[in-house]
Amino acid sequence: MTDMTDNLETAAHAENLRRVAIDPVSRVEGHGKVTLLLDDNDRVHQVRLHIVEFRGFEKFVQGRPYWEAPVMVQRLCGICPVSHHIAASKAMDMIVGATLTPTAEKVRRLMHYGQILQSHALHFFHLSAPDLLFGFDSDVAKRNIVGVAAQYPEVAKQGVLLRKFGQEVIRVTAGKRVHGTGSIPGGVNKNVSIEERNYLLKDIEQTIAWSRDAVGIARQLFEKNQDFYNSFGRFDTHTLNLVRNDGALDLYHGGLRARDKDGKTLFDHYDYSHYWDVIFEDVKPWSYMKFPFLRSLGAEQGWYRVGPLTRVTQCDFIPTPLAEAQRKEFLAFDGGSATGATLGFHWARMIEMLHAAEVIRDLLHDPDLQGTELVSRGERQARGVGVIEAPRGTLIHHYKVDDNDQIVRCNLIVSTTHNNQAMNEAIRSVARQYLDGKKLTEGLLNHVEVAIRAFDPC
Amino acid sequence: MNDKKKLRVATTSLAGCFGCHMSLLDIDERLFPLLDLVEFDRSPLTDIKHCGPCDIGIIEGGICNAENVHVLREFRKNCRILISIGACAVTGGLPAQRNHLDLGSCLTEVYLTEPGLAHGHIPNDPELPLPLDKVHPLHEVVKIDYFIPGCPPSGDAIWKFLTDLIAGKTPELGHGLIKYD
Ligand code: SF4
Repeated sequence: MTDMTDNLETAAHAENLRRVAIDPVSRVEGHGKVTLLLDDNDRVHQVRLHIVEFRGFEKFVQGRPYWEAPVMVQRLCGICPVSHHIAASKAMDMIVGATLTPTAEKVRRLMHYGQILQSHALHFFHLSAPDLLFGFDSDVAKRNIVGVAAQYPEVAKQGVLLRKFGQEVIRVTAGKRVHGTGSIPGGVNKNVSIEERNYLLKDIEQTIAWSRDAVGIARQLFEKNQDFYNSFGRFDTHTLNLVRNDGALDLYHGGLRARDKDGKTLFDHYDYSHYWDVIFEDVKPWSYMKFPFLRSLGAEQGWYRVGPLTRVTQCDFIPTPLAEAQRKEFLAFDGGSATGATLGFHWARMIEMLHAAEVIRDLLHDPDLQGTELVSRGERQARGVGVIEAPRGTLIHHYKVDDNDQIVRCNLIVSTTHNNQAMNEAIRSVARQYLDGKKLTEGLLNHVEVAIRAFDPC
Repeated sequence: MNDKKKLRVATTSLAGCFGCHMSLLDIDERLFPLLDLVEFDRSPLTDIKHCGPCDIGIIEGGICNAENVHVLREFRKNCRILISIGACAVTGGLPAQRNHLDLGSCLTEVYLTEPGLAHGHIPNDPELPLPLDKVHPLHEVVKIDYFIPGCPPSGDAIWKFLTDLIAGKTPELGHGLIKYD
């Protein structure tokens, strides 16, 4: 299709090329733009996703007392604040030498799965549904949640109420919907009362039913557009995710699993508290977002993909029945082709949303939520690493704390950063497939954004 | 349809975390009656990339780079009423914690000397907007008509504020809706 040997990252003679920008990338959370460089024949020579904002959290958190980190650092992201809240708390559990009480761990899990549910619902219904339901080059005026609400009011309503339920789970466990305070070093600062539990239980069956319907929508999209969905923005990639001891999907805790493009396991159940032995980061001049890679494979070859698509395809099983049944169907669909498709993210994300709803139901029935032992302490440590699977993928928080309880070092590798190169690969694949040699239209440019949105960057 | 009478609303996140936008969505199913009254121009929820003439502009996040200044001015030029929403927009918020540090040393530490880096390098491509040496609140750059504090203000506060404004009243956030967290 193309005679370019180049990987489209850097054009040989940029000065002779025409620049087209998608600025800002919209219907994503986060501050990004895409630039394309084209020649006179509309051939594409360079495609880059730039993350344009520098924030410096890692630097200014230094000097703060360690217990502030869980409330401070969540302000990196208002869509998944709970992820940072909990990852920082897990790191601080190590600092205070705590082994969590059952109540503390379960309340945190409930908070986290509430967040998975709300974030996945938001992404699918509010942000991506317009592309998926109307078409990637549909009318730009209608291509948003308002258009969805007008044409598919029931779908839009379910999306809004699914998100609301997840937000309410967060409010109950964290104290408020955005930037709560429930998780603290060594545990949590409140349990879940019987009244709160009953309040959430009231809507849980409906939430599960709607989540099942949402998996159905994602599946039907693939059935209707099989070849297009399978090939759109496709690329081969290594993968990284956390799995439980027995290989199950677990979004709160586990060991690291990395597999290469061919499915060969590079490491498994790896103790994340020394993640730097397996993961390194690179910097490129054109983005404030770093480029992590697997050290054993090197900066050029070692990039990988994280997030729902990786987790659902690389875990051994999902430990709740409805989601596990859906996972099997996903893996079997069309000989497994959807599991490597960029748009497979949407299907996998909805399977995870269903799983989150099931986990929330099971936790709500667990009397440990009403326990009163909320915090524990042990031997004080100088270094803490907290890793979880956030809605968008593996999230790493790493702190050093001195004898004055002040943070002296901080490194954060957030989910979207792990996907930095993968997102660039996806949009280059789309550029080769649909843009190369064409007169660019708004609809064609939206194809690039559709590929980015699949990752749900933030 | 009474489309003609709908108020046009633009929203954006500058140096913010999107949490204030999440709070806007935390009006939950009240979103649907709101959509009978307003339509969205540029917003993270639409694919309109530049703010056109609007009745109301809502901005979260402060100003941390040259691009933010540009977008803020575009909003001010086009919006009859401009609202600064959340701690970051009102005061600079948490990102302004870097104001007591030297920007160069922040960049150096994050991109050059961090031990987990293979090849350190401070990003400097012309495509990247220049970071400002300090993070600023919006009202230091343009005139702001209303401020809603909180990190973020709650969905209820945003709902009350917007419905008052749409009804032509001076918005009032009483006890319980104004928070400075
Ligand atoms: S005020 Fe708070 S919620 Fe709003 S953008 Fe800033 S950090 Fe996020």
